[in-house]
Amino acid sequence: MGLDHIKSMKREDFKNNEYIDKLVEELNATGANVVVGKFDELINWGISNSLWPLCFGTSCCAIEFMSLGAARYDMARFGFEVARNSPRQADYVMVQGTIVHRMAPVMRRLYEQLAEPRYVIACGGCAVSGGPFKKSYCVVPGVEEILPVDVYIPGCPPRPEAMFYGLMQLQRKIKVQKFFGGVNRKEKIDEFFAEHPEEKGQIG
Amino acid sequence: MFNFGQWTSAFNNWLLGLGMADWLAVLIECVIIAVLVLLTYTVLALFYILYERKLCAWFQCRLGPMRVGKWGLLQVFADMFKILIKELISLRGTDRFLFKLAPYIIITSSVVMLACLPWGNGLQIIDWNIGIFFILAVSSVGVLGILLAGWSSNNKYTLIGAMRSGAQMVSYELSLGLALMTIVVLCGSMDISTIVAEQESAWFLFRGHIPAIIAFIIYVIAATAETNRGPFDLPEAEHELTAGYHTEYSGIHFGFFYLAEYLNLFIVSGIASLMFLGGWMPLHVPGWDGFNMVMNYIPGPVWFLAKAFFISFVIIWFKWTFPRVRIDQMLAFEWKYLMPFALANLIFMAVFVALGWHF
Amino acid sequence: MSDLKQDILKIYPSATFEEGETLTVNVPEADWFKFASDLKDKLQFDLLTAVVGMDWNESLGVVYYLTSTPRNWEIMTVKVVAAGDRDNAYIHSVSSLWKVANFQEREVYDMLGIKFVGHPDMRRFFLRNDWVGHPLRKDYDASPELNPIRLEEEKNEDDTRSWSLDKDGNLVCTPGKIFAEDDYVVNIGPQHPSTHGVMRFRAAVDGETVKKVEIVSGYIHRGIEKLTEGLTYPQILHFTDRMDYMSAHQNRHCLCMCIEKALGIEVPERAVVIRTMMDELMRISSHLLAFGCTAMDMGATTAFFYGFREREMVLDIFDKTCGARMSMNYNVIGGVIADLHPDFVKDVKELIRILPGALKEYHKVFSGNIIAMNRLKGVGILPKSDAINYAITGPSGRGSNWSCDCRKKHPYAAYDRVEFDEVLETGCDSYSRYMVRMKEIEQSVRILEQLVDKIPEGDIRAQVPKIIKLPKGNWYAQVEASRGTFGVYIESVGEKTPYRVHFQSPCFNLVGVMDLCCRGHMIADLISIGAALDFVIPDIDR
Repeated sequence: MGLDHIKSMKREDFKNNEYIDKLVEELNATGANVVVGKFDELINWGISNSLWPLCFGTSCCAIEFMSLGAARYDMARFGFEVARNSPRQADYVMVQGTIVHRMAPVMRRLYEQLAEPRYVIACGGCAVSGGPFKKSYCVVPGVEEILPVDVYIPGCPPRPEAMFYGLMQLQRKIKVQKFFGGVNRKEKIDEFFAEHPEEKGQIG
Repeated sequence: MFNFGQWTSAFNNWLLGLGMADWLAVLIECVIIAVLVLLTYTVLALFYILYERKLCAWFQCRLGPMRVGKWGLLQVFADMFKILIKELISLRGTDRFLFKLAPYIIITSSVVMLACLPWGNGLQIIDWNIGIFFILAVSSVGVLGILLAGWSSNNKYTLIGAMRSGAQMVSYELSLGLALMTIVVLCGSMDISTIVAEQESAWFLFRGHIPAIIAFIIYVIAATAETNRGPFDLPEAEHELTAGYHTEYSGIHFGFFYLAEYLNLFIVSGIASLMFLGGWMPLHVPGWDGFNMVMNYIPGPVWFLAKAFFISFVIIWFKWTFPRVRIDQMLAFEWKYLMPFALANLIFMAVFVALGWHF
Repeated sequence: MSDLKQDILKIYPSATFEEGETLTVNVPEADWFKFASDLKDKLQFDLLTAVVGMDWNESLGVVYYLTSTPRNWEIMTVKVVAAGDRDNAYIHSVSSLWKVANFQEREVYDMLGIKFVGHPDMRRFFLRNDWVGHPLRKDYDASPELNPIRLEEEKNEDDTRSWSLDKDGNLVCTPGKIFAEDDYVVNIGPQHPSTHGVMRFRAAVDGETVKKVEIVSGYIHRGIEKLTEGLTYPQILHFTDRMDYMSAHQNRHCLCMCIEKALGIEVPERAVVIRTMMDELMRISSHLLAFGCTAMDMGATTAFFYGFREREMVLDIFDKTCGARMSMNYNVIGGVIADLHPDFVKDVKELIRILPGALKEYHKVFSGNIIAMNRLKGVGILPKSDAINYAITGPSGRGSNWSCDCRKKHPYAAYDRVEFDEVLETGCDSYSRYMVRMKEIEQSVRILEQLVDKIPEGDIRAQVPKIIKLPKGNWYAQVEASRGTFGVYIESVGEKTPYRVHFQSPCFNLVGVMDLCCRGHMIADLISIGAALDFVIPDIDR
């Protein structure tokens, strides 16, 4: 249980812990040796405490995200304040606002430009499900149609407190992940080259 | 005053006393020094990252990192672990060799500069009679790294960032050099240890009064520009060029740029403290022997670091206060005002020294 | 109005008039361009307020709202029915007369497929180049098979099309290019920290100097106008909060006003004053954000935090009364949704006390800074004539010394009984636009000061029918939103749902002058000009 612990916030405060528990169970089923496990913990501690966001917002939620960075909420307290404008250097993208058809390929490309390990947070009703614009002809009904989403934060726009809650859920999720044998980039690259042998040598 | 050189020569003699060959002793010493320098480098850079984040939070009525470790002290370590395991993205269409070489050039140049700084009496790695000249020469290698990074990334933003940085660093190096030259004229030596020793009676900032103060101001401005910090952070210009010359870098390659940026800040502050504020030399007031005695009890490295941190504080203060200048304004400022002023000041100082108007 | 009727008959004797809220003239397509140029030159209708593309089932057409600034801001309407069949409907472009029509007509083409003859660049504006169909047409096929979510990159469309009529009256297309062969084009956006959302600029640069800026919009086009056609009137209200989220109250106020006008509802006095106060609070919040973003875009990050510090106070007031910090959903048809929080008066007084001191601090930190002045002064010049021609209203227009405040020109709500000055600056540059905003905060404080102790008692909401049906007809209402004049056009056929709703957003026009303002300046200036114009992207794309 200690893995998904957040300093000065009790486990019960998070309410919906079944999801994390299930994740831990799944991971424990495969097992890991002690040394690798310890390394995992150290790395996960690093990642979860140094989540640098990509500056990305399409509408109202982006303004609330600015408030999150401003003095009252101050996400710098958690080390989240180093907002990077280049996706190469960011750790997660918080999809703030509606994604429409014209934006969808751009969004997808941004995600692909993020360096591993990378996470996606769908923030606000529009990113979660299309929100009030769900029925529109050119709105993507939820960003999970085009990206794998880690955490959903509902709200229109979510209050900064809700965003913190979502970010902490992401931290907990990271704390139980397995860097070795899971989210490791090396394995994904090998997989990619196995599928596309012609790309070898093109990308170095 | 305690000379750290006694320890080092004792260690050297001990190694030779073991019956070791000269070359082997030197090799062992070199390795130890290399490890020490790299360690210092990392620790300092990490400290500076936290220092700036805390300071910037303070300027902005925020708290800054405080959740990871006590007062957020472990924050930078979390960042370090994260950045170490972050993926290094390889891109199609880049010049692969130069792309990977660029961060190392930058980091090398700043490590070499770090090695030149005297931390205390005898606590210095490279010390020769053209020390200042050497520092200036090495510092201009750094710009090569930035240019290469911008060029090899095959991205328009990085290219613009690199070109800006090239124009900026080449220009401001002049004022920087001239400001340092003013002090060399006052001191009569380019040797770093001599420069510090000369300031035993009083720091150059006080000894050279008017021209030295002008030179100090010019130096701080030029140094801010040299380190690409606000209001001269055009090569990165977050809000124009996303991340400037290192837009395409990820993982530890980006980490190198990030570390080098902070360490360069320490180095320029260190040089300022060395040239103007007496380096590791305690505050001495001619005639106040008792006061000078008390000051001597504070070790040299503490003096050096305190002065360097103070100047860094001023430069960080600039960054978080001023808006960014535009490229043409920046170049006009250098070529029309700063450089002529620095030149005139150099002549002014030469006259001062010739007529003996300094203390 | 009768004067205007006489004048119109003088320049166009065969004009047919229609009864309505404003004087409405029906003009056949063949006479339209001649009539339009006469309106502009002889009757001084120098401001094209709104261009509304319409699909009347049997025909396509455009409703133009024109304003004459010399004639005491008199508004008139011109309805033009497109010539040609449905697939090749066309209308003469007026983009050569009113530059603002340039993007407006592109929007109409995108949404309804009406080709504008003589328009220099008839491409889609909001939707992807490979989009099938025109969504605002009543017979639009919305099946997802036609327009699936495409994940392949959209090709840059560098070819422009310009339509003209040949001797036989057939449409002829003349291709062109946006950029020259050897232009070095830098792409800024859609994901870029300084475009304030997902706007995309393609700038041809020569070294650091910008030669031309092309605007690619639509990265947050959510099709609000189409969505409204399927919803009842109370249901469409919430869209307005999410267009320009920094003018949420004003936008919603405008839509409510338009519906109330159509229904003939008298809003209770208490609600009127509350609405006015909320509008001004929203304006303060918006201008504080604008201050912060201008500072941040230029690299002065700390000033941004100072702006946000005071903005939180405004948000607290909203939070207490409306229940949300943003997207307040506070105005409803006939009044406001909930009564004021007991702390409201106290909080507003505290804000009034704090703000003047805070403004001084901002000026000290940023406005008076020599670097900021050098960066903003003389940059992005927009002369008054251009401001009118491009319909740049709001603080940006007033920065060009153009008196265009809707609160003064067409007073609504409680604005006719409070004293405030319309802030004008003569610099026509980014600095003037920035300073107008800062001074408008002072004026908003002044308005609040006058109203805070005089909130009348009474109902907060008028009695409205359970099922709201607007009578047949069309209405247009305007308010002064934070960024300029915001207009709402409603056309009803007597149903529960509107036949057509058009939102005339101020930011749409603002982005139209980017090319004009940025030419000859540097890349860094492009950012600061954008920041000083202060557009909000979801308001452009809607």
